[in-house]
Amino acid sequence: MERKKTKNRREFIRSSMRFGMVLALGGVGGLAFRNAAAGKSVWQIDPFKCTWCGRCATHCVLNPSAVKCVHAYEMCGYCDLCGGYLKVGHSDRSTAAENQLCPTAAINRKFIEEPYYEYVINEDLCIGCGKCAEGCTAFGNGSMFLQIKHDICVDCNECSIARVCPSDAIKRINGPDPYLMKGDFSEPA
Amino acid sequence: MRLKTTILAFLLLITSGPVLWAQQQRFPMPEFESGYQYPDAKLPGSGSLAMEYFDVGILVLLLAVTSWLAIKKRSRKWILLLMTGALLYFGFWRQGCICPIGAVQNVALGFSDPTYAVSWFIIALFLLPLLFSLAFGRVFCGTACPLGAIQDIVVVRPVRVPVWVRKSLGMFPFVYLALAVLFATTGTDFIICRYDPFIGIFRMGAEFHLIVIGIGFLLVGMFVARPYCRFFCPYGALLKTTSIFSKNHLSITPSQCIDCKLCKDSCPFDAIDHPTDPKVIGKMKDKTKHFLLYAALIPLLIVVGGWAMSSAHIFLARANPDVYLAHLLVRDPSVMEDLDNLDVQTFLGSDRTVDELVNDATAIQATFRSGAWFTGAFIGLVAGLFLVSQFVIRRRDDYQPNRGDCFSCGRCFKYCPVQK
Repeated sequence: MERKKTKNRREFIRSSMRFGMVLALGGVGGLAFRNAAAGKSVWQIDPFKCTWCGRCATHCVLNPSAVKCVHAYEMCGYCDLCGGYLKVGHSDRSTAAENQLCPTAAINRKFIEEPYYEYVINEDLCIGCGKCAEGCTAFGNGSMFLQIKHDICVDCNECSIARVCPSDAIKRINGPDPYLMKGDFSEPA
Repeated sequence: MRLKTTILAFLLLITSGPVLWAQQQRFPMPEFESGYQYPDAKLPGSGSLAMEYFDVGILVLLLAVTSWLAIKKRSRKWILLLMTGALLYFGFWRQGCICPIGAVQNVALGFSDPTYAVSWFIIALFLLPLLFSLAFGRVFCGTACPLGAIQDIVVVRPVRVPVWVRKSLGMFPFVYLALAVLFATTGTDFIICRYDPFIGIFRMGAEFHLIVIGIGFLLVGMFVARPYCRFFCPYGALLKTTSIFSKNHLSITPSQCIDCKLCKDSCPFDAIDHPTDPKVIGKMKDKTKHFLLYAALIPLLIVVGGWAMSSAHIFLARANPDVYLAHLLVRDPSVMEDLDNLDVQTFLGSDRTVDELVNDATAIQATFRSGAWFTGAFIGLVAGLFLVSQFVIRRRDDYQPNRGDCFSCGRCFKYCPVQK
């Protein structure tokens, strides 16, 4: 008889604690859902904040990095003397390796018509170091810039590049429109 | 050569006057005569939402089936099969992100930062295992968790961990949880994700030290079964608390325990409670005074814990990059001349002033001061409850799984000779 009482008391404590926890979880969940985002969000680089420090190439959990150079052709000046393609102090304006800024020769330079050249990024070779983006922004239109490619990115809960980004340029943005493109030249307000 | 110098000089001239050129491209797109069309730069999308619905669906299915397997069907074989499936899917295929363990931080940050919108499916990932734990015990740990699964399959020769070691180390998950919430709510870091020991194995690549830690955990896990789950996992702390009060739970025997002691050593996680020794019950009668003493000590522990953590807030806040940079610049201004220091150089190149940075850092430090108080108070409370629980004795006549520690893995089923 006495044991039964103990059992009942234990069961009572257990069920009231359970009830309390369901309430607590419901409260936490309800409050969290009130501010919840409907879609998914992904990591992306703000190209106007990026300072091409080079950490995208070294700090991504993937090797090579999920960050790649993206080329907005509509912004490109198609220069012969391309700040993103040629090293400062190059000896000749040619495709020779010693003249190329890109450490992995991931940019293809193709003649179109005098005096214009087209530059296409070979993504398989690009390591996301941002050297071309820096050169292009310093001497040209800034049509080359870094973006996180979502077919490669594994979408870590905390982006390990974002943690070390010195200019705080990597943020989570909305999934349906997952790129921050430099479409027109003016910086968006 | 002359031409190049002229062009470079021209380029330098225009880069030095960016204000004039701000709304215009330096080199407008040429009008091609050859009819050149620029290529269409199609970028791959971020994957559809369907994947998220699918993941939540898989999780619910796994939890529901595991509950049925553990409580009704009583099949270790099927649990093992499901566990392997979950390890392959959530671990190696979905590459471990995001999981309910890390979701704790997202939910915490969502509360402290209103601009940070947590995705609904992260909240669902966070809540579902806890709700199932309240209803059926830690079924999430049993199959659905890839971190648990990878440790579960390497258990070869489990050794018994002494009770006092087990109990004291078992407090660490609560400390880890409290620290993770502190660092997440202050927007500093997601430490659970950063020190996830198995993510490197799931992704087949990570920083060297993480791989070493992961392999170390697996090696230790061959003898001390599931070391991360039992002594580190911060989400496990929550699951343990909810599971203790669960409505239903796996039982070792399908009907009535006959006290045959066959299952006594079957649990590699030391999660089987033995029948209470009558001698101990006799001794416990005089321990009421101890119980009251330690219960009265709880408020003191809370205050001491809160005070201790709060006084360490400056040290803790250094983990925040802004605070760290501010400290660096204020303590040693000569670092500004260090051209190799990327963080400092990027900061100097930005339009933030040192004063602004110091103001921001001071504000972050202040949130750390109050946040660390709560963290410390929570740790004090857990320590107090742990001490008090040493003087609570529950009368048991048979062998039962410990509801807090049992992972619902089902290893004990086959040791019970009782038929239904």
